[in-house]
Amino acid sequence: MASPRVEVRKTYKLYIGGAFPRTESGRSYLISGADGTPLANACRASRKDVRDAVRAARKAFDPWAGKTAMNRGQVLYRVAELMEGRREQFAAAVEAAEGLKPAAARTVVDRSIDRWVWYAGWADKIAQVLGSSNPVAAPYFNFTIPEPTGVVGVVAPETSSLLGLVSRLAPPLVTGNTVVLVASERRPLPAVTLAEVLATSDVPGGVVNVLTGYKAELVPVLASHADIDALDTWGVPDELRTEVELLAAEDIKRLLRRPTTVAESRFDWLDDVASERPEWIAAFLEMKTVWHPIGG
Amino acid sequence: MAAMATDTTSSLIPGADRSPSSWGLGDGQAIPWEYAPAPESRDVVTLKERYGLFIGGRFVSAADNGTFATVNPATEETMALVARATLADADKAVRAARRAQTRSWGALPGRERAKYLFRIARILQERSREFAVLESMDSGKPIKESRDVDVPLAAAHFWYYAGWADKLEYAFPGRVARPLGVAAQIIPWNFPLLMLSWKIAPALAAGNTVVLKPASTTPLSALLFAEVCRQADLPPGVVNILTGPGEVGMALVTHKGVDKVAFTGSTEIGKRIAKGVAGTDKALTLELGGKAANIVFDDAPLDQAIEGIVNGIYFNQGEVCCAGSRLLVQESIAETLIDKLKDRLATIRVGDPLDKNTDVGAINSKAQLEKITELVASGVAEGAELYQPACDLPERGYFFRPTLFTNVAQSHRIAREEIFGPVLSVLTFRTPDEAVEKANNTMYGLSAGIWTDKGSRILEMAQRMRAGVVWANTFNKFDPTSPFGGYKQSGFGREGGMHGLHAYVRLEDR
Repeated sequence: MASPRVEVRKTYKLYIGGAFPRTESGRSYLISGADGTPLANACRASRKDVRDAVRAARKAFDPWAGKTAMNRGQVLYRVAELMEGRREQFAAAVEAAEGLKPAAARTVVDRSIDRWVWYAGWADKIAQVLGSSNPVAAPYFNFTIPEPTGVVGVVAPETSSLLGLVSRLAPPLVTGNTVVLVASERRPLPAVTLAEVLATSDVPGGVVNVLTGYKAELVPVLASHADIDALDTWGVPDELRTEVELLAAEDIKRLLRRPTTVAESRFDWLDDVASERPEWIAAFLEMKTVWHPIGG
Repeated sequence: MAAMATDTTSSLIPGADRSPSSWGLGDGQAIPWEYAPAPESRDVVTLKERYGLFIGGRFVSAADNGTFATVNPATEETMALVARATLADADKAVRAARRAQTRSWGALPGRERAKYLFRIARILQERSREFAVLESMDSGKPIKESRDVDVPLAAAHFWYYAGWADKLEYAFPGRVARPLGVAAQIIPWNFPLLMLSWKIAPALAAGNTVVLKPASTTPLSALLFAEVCRQADLPPGVVNILTGPGEVGMALVTHKGVDKVAFTGSTEIGKRIAKGVAGTDKALTLELGGKAANIVFDDAPLDQAIEGIVNGIYFNQGEVCCAGSRLLVQESIAETLIDKLKDRLATIRVGDPLDKNTDVGAINSKAQLEKITELVASGVAEGAELYQPACDLPERGYFFRPTLFTNVAQSHRIAREEIFGPVLSVLTFRTPDEAVEKANNTMYGLSAGIWTDKGSRILEMAQRMRAGVVWANTFNKFDPTSPFGGYKQSGFGREGGMHGLHAYVRLEDR
């Protein structure tokens, strides 16, 4: 009689520069499901891992921002294509992480995929909506175009481990920013699974870097890193908020802040109107205005 | 006035220990002709002895009756005493603004708000000469600049945003634009009235009310603007103006009744302001310092470029956040260009701001003059070569010669720090890549200039500049329809154009 097959378990690692290293610190922490069942050990990333991730993101910025808008849109659309093929895997991950019923978990996955599609479509349109030709009162051709800000630190929502994450990740990416992401501290596993999709998609290595670990340890490092240009602080725990913003002020980082009146755990990411916002794309854009004389 | 200066030799100063007045005097050519004085009349301005704060539509004394003097930097004479606002006054002004926002201004239909703003634009045009003279007296800027640039542009800003007040739904498709509420606005001394208009016009158009603090060395045009608000019958409390020191500004920034903070000024203060709103829901826009590169390629129209370089750094005494303070010249033409530039410097007229011939007026304050002097000393000490044309400076007042440094290294303070004075640092490059590298090698990113005859090169260079405004074959051009603002530590948010409205609205779902 054959003995029962022993399952091959997955090691959850960081995603930096297109590779899956363990944290250089050699630390991990135990991740439990919503019902308290131990799920896996996740890497507890360190300050050094943040720095490595920022370096990878900076290196990836010029090529990613330099792609044509249409190409970037297709690359991000392909993330949706790949997720579609792995719906069951993501549903299982979300179900375990968030304690959702199977049907609810499948809905979350479907909407995550659709959200990629919604944001990917903006790649070659945002410049037309947010850019302008300006009728100055002098003989100059004057126009304003949006450009990506640079390296964006994204602190993912704590509660919504996949849909919330995708909703924060897609807006900076679609215009050519690169991202260093700190995943949900308690529910980081779907983020790592998403990283595995990104690694096999056409998104170049370094464009998205995923760190797991303690937010209180990682977020201040992100906020004070001089080579990060902007922060999405949506998932910053309330008690860290002021500290993070004080650190970010030190080098005039751009901030996309969750209103203090919105509780992170109560936000409804399934609400398309609330979660699909061009303003979130605009938060990581710089407007460049060019003056060109008309006439000899 | 511009008497012929005698040529002396020795323009190079070995150390920084020499007195500034002896620096570099001389190997430039003096203007070979004299200008008769052409002073603009001051009669159009009636100065009061004392000016109050403008709160809730009335001029009032500070809570403790405190005042401070505002000085004409060209004569060092006190022009008037101005109320020094206290923290209690700041609170009173914010309350007045809140009342006006909820009771009158916020409830007013956009088309009615628009008409008030059009009125203001018209009155600024009608009283333009008065504003120009007052501005030049209080700030030191040449009358031809206040008359031809500051005041017309300020009026144009109100005109432009007036028309947006009833068309906000077209600026934000798919969204409903709501006012943020009460805006605290802090502006610098280099373009007092113009910066006021950049702040107040879009804020009011979107339905906000404001408390504005002008710089303590240049309060008078803002107070004259308060009179314009009264003349336009603007409802009381919609615009409040507080004069006083920096603490008053910080009190506004941290006031719980403020929804939005807008600041133009130094990066250093900008950081303090960003910290002041940390942890709150206040919206923030910052327009901060700059160290712009003005890049001249070997195929550039040189004479035109010379005018652009001069305008880029000596306009408004170089007290401009987007000034072209780093000249990057392609090596093959560097010698020719620098020679031409030195010739051109000899014809710049420095002196009485109210003289219609004056190109470079007075430095805004003694403190600023000291800062410029200190940075120029550092340039000499670090080994750059200093050049100043031979020109006489008035005996009184805060004046500084147009200054040119060659042999500048990127590590020199004069190549890295914002000087905010008429001081140009010249560096060279060989390839476009090197120009890009050097131009972007700064914590700032406000503006850049590109001089070349080749259109495709302009567009490529414009794309590669990490700066918010790029001028091609021109420099220091401004327009109310044209968004202005920085990358990196030059700040965030835009002023001007549709983008300038965004800084004053909250977007809601339709």
